[in-house]
Parts: sequence; C-alpha cells; structure tokens
Amino acid sequence: MKHFLGAAFIATLPTLSIAEVKVSAPWARATIIAGRPGAGYLSLTSETGDRLLSVSSPVAGEVMLHAVESGENGVSRMVHLDALDLPEGETVTLAPGDMHLMLMQLTQKLEEGTNFPLTLTFETAGEITVEVPVLGIAATGPEGTE
Amino acid sequence: MQRTSLYKVRVAIWSFAAVAVFTFAGAFSWRMLHPPELPSPVVTGEAAIRNAYSLTDHTGQAVTAETYAGRWQLVFFGFTYCPDICPTTLAYLANAMDSLGPQAERVVPIFITVDPARDTAEVMGNYVSAFHPRMVGLTGTEAQVAEAAGNFRVWYERSENETAPDGYLMAHPGHIYLMRPDGRFEDVFIESDQSAGDLAKHISSLIENEERSG
Repeated sequence: MKHFLGAAFIATLPTLSIAEVKVSAPWARATIIAGRPGAGYLSLTSETGDRLLSVSSPVAGEVMLHAVESGENGVSRMVHLDALDLPEGETVTLAPGDMHLMLMQLTQKLEEGTNFPLTLTFETAGEITVEVPVLGIAATGPEGTE
Repeated sequence: MQRTSLYKVRVAIWSFAAVAVFTFAGAFSWRMLHPPELPSPVVTGEAAIRNAYSLTDHTGQAVTAETYAGRWQLVFFGFTYCPDICPTTLAYLANAMDSLGPQAERVVPIFITVDPARDTAEVMGNYVSAFHPRMVGLTGTEAQVAEAAGNFRVWYERSENETAPDGYLMAHPGHIYLMRPDGRFEDVFIESDQSAGDLAKHISSLIENEERSG
C-alpha cells in the first residue's frame, strides 16, 4: 500500500509541474483620482490548458475580468467574464483597449512605482500570487514588452 | 377504445406543452446568450457631425465649440470611471500632442464626459491635467452632454451593473474626432488604428497644408 501510494504520488509529479500557469508581464495603470477603478494587465500561458476562475487583491474590494466588445457603431461595452479559458499552450494576453482586470473599490490610489499582490485562482493550477508593478498613466506595458 | 383515444389526446397535449416549454426556454436562453444588438449605426455622412455644444470646462468656465475655434480640435467622449479605454486613449492623445512639438500649440485635445453626474468640473480638472497640460475637460448638465453627444453622433448608454461603482457602467464609443480650426469635421480615428506618432504626423501635415493654403 505504502509503495502504491508512493508510486501514485511520483506519477502525479510531472502533471503537477506542467499544470502550472505562467503569469507574465503583469502591470497596472496608475489611477488619477481616488475612488476610481483601476485596470490591470498580464499574460497567461498554460501548457496543459486551464481556466482562470477568479482574481483578487488586498488593494481592491473586487477584481473583475472584463472583455471589450465593440459594436459596429463603435460603441465599446465592457463584458464581464465569469471565467477565462486558457487553451493548451496558447498565451492569452490582457492588454489596454482589450481584455483587462478591473480593480474595483480600491483601498488606495494606485501610485506609479509601487507594487501590489494579485492572486489568480485557476481550475487546475490553483492559486498563483504575483506582484504587480504600477506604471504611469501613459504606459502601454512594462519595458521591453511594448 | 375510449380510454385509448383519451390517452392519445393526453399524450398530444403533453407533447404540445413540452414543445412549447422547450421553445420558450430555447428562445429565452438564446436571448440571454445573445443580448439584442445595439441600434444599428445610422449612416453618418461627415457633414452630419456638428461641432456644437455648450458646456463647462475643467476650470469652471462656460464654453462653446467656438471657444476653441482657430485651433485643431481632437474631441473624445468618455468618463473618469472608465479604467481602460479612456486613460488609454487620453494617454495616446497626450503622446500625439508631445510628438507634435511646437505645432501642439495649434491643437487642443478635448475630453467630454458622458457621465456628468460624477464627473464634475473639479474632477475633470484633476483628471485631464494628469494627462496633458493642454488637455481640456468638459462637463455639463445631463441635457448639455446629451446635446453635445448628439451633435457628434456619439451614442452612449448607461447600463445598470450591481458590482460597478454606483451601480452602473457606461458604454461609449472610442472615437477621436478631429475638427478643423473653422469647426468643420476633418476625420475620425480609433486609438488602436495608428501610433500616436503617426497621428501626430498626419495632423502636422494637415496644419502645414492649411498654412500654405491660408
């Protein structure tokens, strides 16, 4: 039994390691006025395919995942997504003017040059916490990724 | 015999009811999954866009479109609670202004809120000055804003959303309108269509052409 459990444990190891989601280039835009929501961006890659279920941060009462839908008449509307599918091996990018994390009920203004933690919960990979740098209001992405 | 036909009738009624329920449920979920399309775009000839409004600027002064006559005007409608497209577009306009160099004096970027209930002149002042010293922020009464948006053929809506701050989100166009110094419509842009540098070059050549012809 002991051997069997050991073998079973070892067998799951490779799956555990590739079940991880790579979270890259996270950043948020500085907010100008207190009480206004902020926006955060990042890229997600899962080699095995996964699903982002929720996002949270101690600096925000709620973090919502928004997609931008543009109608033919040019009206952009935010569409709230309950979850985000990460197809196998594909990098899903959240970027300005497109999909973004809306940080609601901020406990403080997001000041350029500071960082805050952001926890992403995935269906398979579980919780991953990353440090998100706050860039200037005119930023379009972290250095080197623009 | 009687029994059998009654049974058939019963089966028929129940089948009909089941079909009705499925049809209704189907139609309902279709509607839930596919919310009605936005009103289809009205064909707006360029002439249909009128650079006309009566609003309050971010310093509290009453202004009209004539206030900015003599300069090229980059007009964008948005609101300060918008965390993504609005700051992205305003930062883009600010970059274009910087790329224009000394010619920026001939251009004024104008940000008009579609959410005047929350975007007071004071809020607009704090907001636009964070992007560019030459940027103008305009607000007004709901009626004044509606009139301005109507003249620019800008369509916006307020959608109730419990989780949004104050319970609503605004949907709005991401268009940047370029108006000529005489107030006439010149062109319309979207931030993602060209770099800020390219927009600046385009405006710069328009300014030069105008100087040559004027």
